[in-house]
Amino acid sequence: MEYFIQQLINGLTLGMIYGLIAIGYTMVYGIIGMINFAHGEIFMIGAFVSIITFLLLGVFGIGWVPLAVLIVMITTMLLTSVYGWALERVAYRPLRHSPRLAALITAIGMSIFFQNYVQLLQGARVKPLQPVISGGFRFREEADFVITLSYLQVLIIVLTLVLMVVFTLVINKTALGRAQRACQQDLGMAALIGINVDRTISITFIMGAAMAAVAGLMFLMNYGVIDFYIGFLAGIKAFTAAVLGGIGSLPGAMLGGLLIGLIEGFWSAYFTVEYKDVAAFSILVLVLIFRPTGLLGKPDIEKV
Amino acid sequence: MSESTRDAMRARPLDVPALLKEAGMVALVVFGLAFGLVGFKTEDVPGGLEIVTRFGQVVLAAVVAFAGRAGFVLLRERHYLPVMVGAGLFAAIMLVLLVGAIVDPGGKLEGFLPFDSVVVNWLMALMALILGARAAWSMAHAAADEGVEDRDAAMDHVGAAVQRAAKYLAPVLLGLAVVLPFLPLADRRLLDIAILVVTYIMLGWGLNIVVGLAGLLDLGYVAFYAVGAYSYALLALHFDLGFWICLPFAGIMAAFAGILLGFPVLRLRGDYLAIVTLGFGEMIRVILLNWYKFTKGPDGISGIPRPTFFGLEFTRRPAEGAQSFHEFFGLTYSPLDRIIFLYYLILALALVTNLFTLRIRRLPVGRAWEALREDEVACRSIGMNPRNTKLTAFSIGAMFGGFGGSFFATRQGFISPESFTFIESAIILAIVVLGGMGSQIGVVFAAILLIGLPEFFRELQQYRMLAFGAAMVMIMVWRPRGLLAHREPTIRLHPRGSPNEERRS
Repeated sequence: MEYFIQQLINGLTLGMIYGLIAIGYTMVYGIIGMINFAHGEIFMIGAFVSIITFLLLGVFGIGWVPLAVLIVMITTMLLTSVYGWALERVAYRPLRHSPRLAALITAIGMSIFFQNYVQLLQGARVKPLQPVISGGFRFREEADFVITLSYLQVLIIVLTLVLMVVFTLVINKTALGRAQRACQQDLGMAALIGINVDRTISITFIMGAAMAAVAGLMFLMNYGVIDFYIGFLAGIKAFTAAVLGGIGSLPGAMLGGLLIGLIEGFWSAYFTVEYKDVAAFSILVLVLIFRPTGLLGKPDIEKV
Repeated sequence: MSESTRDAMRARPLDVPALLKEAGMVALVVFGLAFGLVGFKTEDVPGGLEIVTRFGQVVLAAVVAFAGRAGFVLLRERHYLPVMVGAGLFAAIMLVLLVGAIVDPGGKLEGFLPFDSVVVNWLMALMALILGARAAWSMAHAAADEGVEDRDAAMDHVGAAVQRAAKYLAPVLLGLAVVLPFLPLADRRLLDIAILVVTYIMLGWGLNIVVGLAGLLDLGYVAFYAVGAYSYALLALHFDLGFWICLPFAGIMAAFAGILLGFPVLRLRGDYLAIVTLGFGEMIRVILLNWYKFTKGPDGISGIPRPTFFGLEFTRRPAEGAQSFHEFFGLTYSPLDRIIFLYYLILALALVTNLFTLRIRRLPVGRAWEALREDEVACRSIGMNPRNTKLTAFSIGAMFGGFGGSFFATRQGFISPESFTFIESAIILAIVVLGGMGSQIGVVFAAILLIGLPEFFRELQQYRMLAFGAAMVMIMVWRPRGLLAHREPTIRLHPRGSPNEERRS
């Protein structure tokens, strides 16, 4: 039982990270109907910007952890969202009215480009970071198996929840969110009623990239090592999460992320750790076969 | 010269603040992009990481972006002269410095080069040269800048012309391919590159059945490539079978894998199918990596037998009782013989794939694939079974992937899961899409462009994949439907040249 709860906590933490990345996928897919394949790379860039900022703060001697984490978070959100914006502007906007396959190919191209760009600039070796936040709550000390809920996990879970609340408010209450929802329903119609579609899409990419940047920061703090290749697998799993939850649905993305995280956590704990990725993909296939619109997605009616 | 063209070449009045604003914005974005990842480098030092700064490069990048964008705006507003002079001057200075650095390494001139990386310096010089040349060309031809549509239409003409010329072009290319090993410039390196290119052409043609004809987006083609390679390797090692017996088995196994994977997922649409096939590709790789007893995991399988020429081996000293190729034909032994044989082998396999595709397009099943690609709902309404039709395309495409895989195994003599990563699938798909979906000759050009060219720049190893990704993006943005996208109807109501043909259009 204790073991189970521990795995639940670990899986939830992981799921929060996947969920944050999945939001970027699901928003872009909802509005322009394409898989932003390079989104995983944006996450990776976020992690790299985070590690650089942490090291710089170390140089300047800012040691108070909450302040350091806050500064790193803001910096990485700002700098990474420039990448998100540039990605859309360079690779996707010229192709908005082209066959969907063209945008998928540029997305893969950008993904390859970003990976090699970071590898070239920062080196191919894994980059370790000293644990920033250590310690945690310990439960049931008297039992054989002590459940630990580290402060870092608390931070990840709370931060994700806060971001989700802010995000939901932006989407549901502000003019920007209204414009985004209008674009999601019909791009042409949204343009007719005076919504600046280009700007809305740009902001969507910026928001998605900022979320991915925070996910990158969490990944860095959680695992302590990053390399230029982490974006690929995390990106695919986050996309799986977005599909699982129902693509285009924001709560769905979060739910899907949590489920993927939990499946991965439990699978590694109770079965074989080698096949955890296979488990995640198998779930994706099963969901798509039996419920192609995902858990919270709306059915997509094909018109002639 | 008519009034309108005269008008078109006249420079528009320059809006300097707008120009500065636009160029400034670009410079700002480039600064933002470069600041984090270029400005600071994480260096490994004992006990952790250290930060090294490169701010000079960041500022330079922003300045270059500013100048480049300003040049573009001037070009757009038809102020050709300043662009030509400015870009030309910059390019000239850069070239002098670069040549100086080559002639006298570590000398004075090298110190003046702006960027740390030689490649970036060359790139800057080249881009300035292109910008200047373009300004000069526009000035000389007094041509207004053509828009995207003009360019697309022009490329469509090229595409159509190439398709029509394919009748004559194909035999010429084929002839060239056949005599290639005997040309005086054919050395080991060139032949190796040629084998690689033809392998990708074959895989591209195989995937073209799935993507180009049936319109199924497959991002996990490498899975079948892997199945083919491992089937051959395992069959050959465990049952001591030769290449020629294993080849069809490898194809069948891959086709079977295609049916197995395709059956549950082929009713999904476009992007979903893409992501599921991607997942399958990764799953097969993970399984190959972890099923140690069967596949030897990350160690890979080595000692895969080489192919034989009707039982004749390509070795200097054949095994007991066997005869080798050079002994049988009374030739002196040359290690190149085996390479040439491999080259012809993959060429033959590729041609079989091509011939198969060309012929099957005329069969009912081929027609059904193309109909399905155009409109699935319409196909269903006339009583076609979309799933089975798609399944045939998927498994036949997989079969050719399997053939390609067993060729890969026999060429390398060693396979490991490392060779079957997602990037392979992406490259093959890129070849198909960049060439122009469904265009057989487009695949050839795209493969030469994407595989052949970078191979010659092996020295720039680090920059190779970077350039590959950038090229994928640029070609697609420049020409979204592929280089030679021109879809000739497979069947015409009024055949070409018949009196009714004109009326149709």
